[in-house]
Amino acid sequence: MKKGLLIIFTVLLTVSVNAQKKKKNAKVSIEVDGVCMMCKKRIETAALKTKGVKFASWNVKTHALSLIIDERKTDIKTVQKNVASVGHDTKAIKATEKQYNSVHPCCKYREDKVIEDHKNEGKKKS
Amino acid sequence: MYKFYKYNIMKKIIVSIFLLMPLVSFTQNKLKGMIMDKENKKSNLGLYGANVHWLKTTVGAVTNENGAFEIAYKEEYKRLVVSFVGYKTDTLTITSLEPVRHFLTPEGTLDEIVIINKRKAIQKSFIQTQNTFTVNKDELLKAACCNLSESFETNPSIDVSFSDAISGTKQIQMLGLTSPYLLFNQENIPSIRGASQAFGLTFTPGTWVESIQITKGAGSVVNGYESISGQINAELVKPFSDDKLFVNAYSSLNGRLELNTHVNQKLSEKWHTGVYIHGNYRGEKFDENNDNFLDAPIANQINVMNRWQYTDAEKGWISFVNFRYLKDKKQMGEINFDHSNDKGSSSIWGSEIKTRRFESSAKLGYVFPELPFQSFGLQFAYSNHNQDSYFGLNEYNINHESVYGNLLFNSIIGDTRNKFKTGISFSYDKYLELVNHNNYNRYEDSFGVFFEYAYDNLDNFSFTAGVRIDSHNFLGTFVTPRLHVRYVPWTDAVLRASIGKGRRSANIFAENQKYFASSRQVKIDNNDGNVYGVSPEIAWNFGLSYLQKFKLFERNGDVTVDFYRTDFSNQVVVDLENPQEISFYNLNGESKAGSFQIEVNYELLERLNLRTAYKYYDVFTDYKSGKYQKPIQAKQRFFANVSYDTALTLENSQWKFDLTFNLIGKQRLPNTALNPVQYQLPEYSNSYSLLNSQVTRVFSKRFEMYSGVENLTNYKQKNPILASDNPFGANFDTTIVYAPIFGRSVYLGVRFKLY
Repeated sequence: MKKGLLIIFTVLLTVSVNAQKKKKNAKVSIEVDGVCMMCKKRIETAALKTKGVKFASWNVKTHALSLIIDERKTDIKTVQKNVASVGHDTKAIKATEKQYNSVHPCCKYREDKVIEDHKNEGKKKS
Repeated sequence: MYKFYKYNIMKKIIVSIFLLMPLVSFTQNKLKGMIMDKENKKSNLGLYGANVHWLKTTVGAVTNENGAFEIAYKEEYKRLVVSFVGYKTDTLTITSLEPVRHFLTPEGTLDEIVIINKRKAIQKSFIQTQNTFTVNKDELLKAACCNLSESFETNPSIDVSFSDAISGTKQIQMLGLTSPYLLFNQENIPSIRGASQAFGLTFTPGTWVESIQITKGAGSVVNGYESISGQINAELVKPFSDDKLFVNAYSSLNGRLELNTHVNQKLSEKWHTGVYIHGNYRGEKFDENNDNFLDAPIANQINVMNRWQYTDAEKGWISFVNFRYLKDKKQMGEINFDHSNDKGSSSIWGSEIKTRRFESSAKLGYVFPELPFQSFGLQFAYSNHNQDSYFGLNEYNINHESVYGNLLFNSIIGDTRNKFKTGISFSYDKYLELVNHNNYNRYEDSFGVFFEYAYDNLDNFSFTAGVRIDSHNFLGTFVTPRLHVRYVPWTDAVLRASIGKGRRSANIFAENQKYFASSRQVKIDNNDGNVYGVSPEIAWNFGLSYLQKFKLFERNGDVTVDFYRTDFSNQVVVDLENPQEISFYNLNGESKAGSFQIEVNYELLERLNLRTAYKYYDVFTDYKSGKYQKPIQAKQRFFANVSYDTALTLENSQWKFDLTFNLIGKQRLPNTALNPVQYQLPEYSNSYSLLNSQVTRVFSKRFEMYSGVENLTNYKQKNPILASDNPFGANFDTTIVYAPIFGRSVYLGVRFKLY
């Protein structure tokens, strides 16, 4: 019974998602890994340079990249791909080793030491 | 912390995989919910990637792009842990399967208060396209006293000097040009203009000012067409953010007393109001230079402002409504002048200026909640300025009524790299002037549209291009273009260039009213113009600026080199070259103001800062009698400011020390060769130096005391009033002032606040 309900629910959900119109100003938020204000600039620039992204703001404390995108022109995946291509990991798409190495040494967010160094980032004026 | 973080990432990955197979795990009950950001409540943005798990279990989930999550539920699970990097971890008690909506609080919001204290007192922007810098409260407190005209004394880009020998008023100039060529805005509404030009700066108490933005060069088209050499915007304190109660008392040994009180009250979540009262008084008569004239006027001022602020952050509305009333009275002249008996006397010279001003403004702003880059703003301002005055036997009255409106829309083209501002503005000014027995009544109105486009490649290049078209009843229909470009050639350097046009109608009497306190006869030539028979002033301004940050001995510094030039295609020339006349005429030939400035800021030691600047001005005009440098304008100036703050203790107490040095080069004095020998002045004044110092003792966040000395070296102009022995004779002149009139002066003040 439960199983049946859930299937119906899932189907309904899928249908409703597909039926949803592609929004001109869709508000989305994704997590992007990074450590500092330099990363912020790099992440936001990469996101904004994606055609269809109108607004991008990355929060150094929360790692949340808030976006306003035109869904007719782009999707989250494209943004994630572009952000990864400048070296920043997202949930779905990780930067390749080569892409990751392109970031400034102080931005190597995968290293514990760098994370430790930037613990207070966003608290001081950049 | 970072270990925990790594652990979370691992877990997130595992859980993500788990979530990707939802259909496998449907045998259990599910708890649904949404995790959001407390700091961004209004945006309703979900937090993507927040962790949710049941306490003491490995059952967890991660939120999706919308912040939503689903987690397996069993009855024995009671405590749900919600965590996300950068936020405080919360544990929620769950008793039913009702969907959970929870806001996470960002970590470290408390620490941010400390940062504000550490912010530099003068901020040079690295990012802005225009050559703008912000002077914040800390820097404003360094000025001895007490109003906007004195707020710039620790600032190398602006020169402050006495405007004349009797009114005690200070005037400011930038790029070698005095205030009529600078546009003063109060919260982006053009404010010190027309009748208030001469004394307007003294009508804004310093404590009311929250910060000042100074733009060198033409500035933005949004605020109108009048600015020529720069724009200065004063942001006033706001009921929402100002202290609940603030009291400031000031007293100087030369008899000046000031009292400022702010009271701010929260009325509801959305409404705040504040009342700001300023009073100043100087009752003692001083004549230290024994010329039988008061060194400073006996004066009093009452200045009251009431502000209302409405903020609805969720819906994106913000609004301000202001009311302000000012009453100012000054008496100047000979020491034994009694205004009730001696007004109109031709044996005792005296002068009074009585000003009453009412102003009101309203602002409404709306930021589209779904589109943070899009907004509109509406501004309205009304003012009525009334001045009744006489200077010896010269009478001057002016009433200026002004209405201003501006509607502004901000948005983007494509994405936030391409922004634009567009809108319409109008202004109406009615002037009723009485100069001795002549009336000069007129009204001016203008209507304009503007568009400003700003591009930023987010890396090393940006520009702002603006244009406005205005239609004015005297100035005609004209186009005002402005362009600002910023380029980063290499690390930590910025190159800026600007070009812009400005146009204004000169208010020759209001702007030059100090000359009524002299025996000079007013002459106005050229009767072809519309206003007073002179034509509109039109000028181009070009500028280049280079900023380089550097690190020396592990300490930060920066160097700025500025070069600006203003080129008048028409100017109303104020000619003082005949000592018995002041004549106004349209420029015939060239009038240019060139300025060069090199400024170095460097942190000598921790909390010990040095700011130093050298300035060179070349300001010349073709007068009827020949091409001369602008009178009473030093070609060279040197400025240095050293400030030292002790470390803030746990009780928030602190000492602050500040020392400002100015070296003012020789200045050309107006020609006095036609005067009798005893009333002749040399061609140039001597150069001199000035030293001001201040010490502040901060006892706590609530209470501080400050004391300082102005003009420490006690340099004074010997005879600031020409022919003070014969004020009704032909050679009397109080306007040739190139150095301080008061000697050394000590002051003391206290500040108290409740927040």
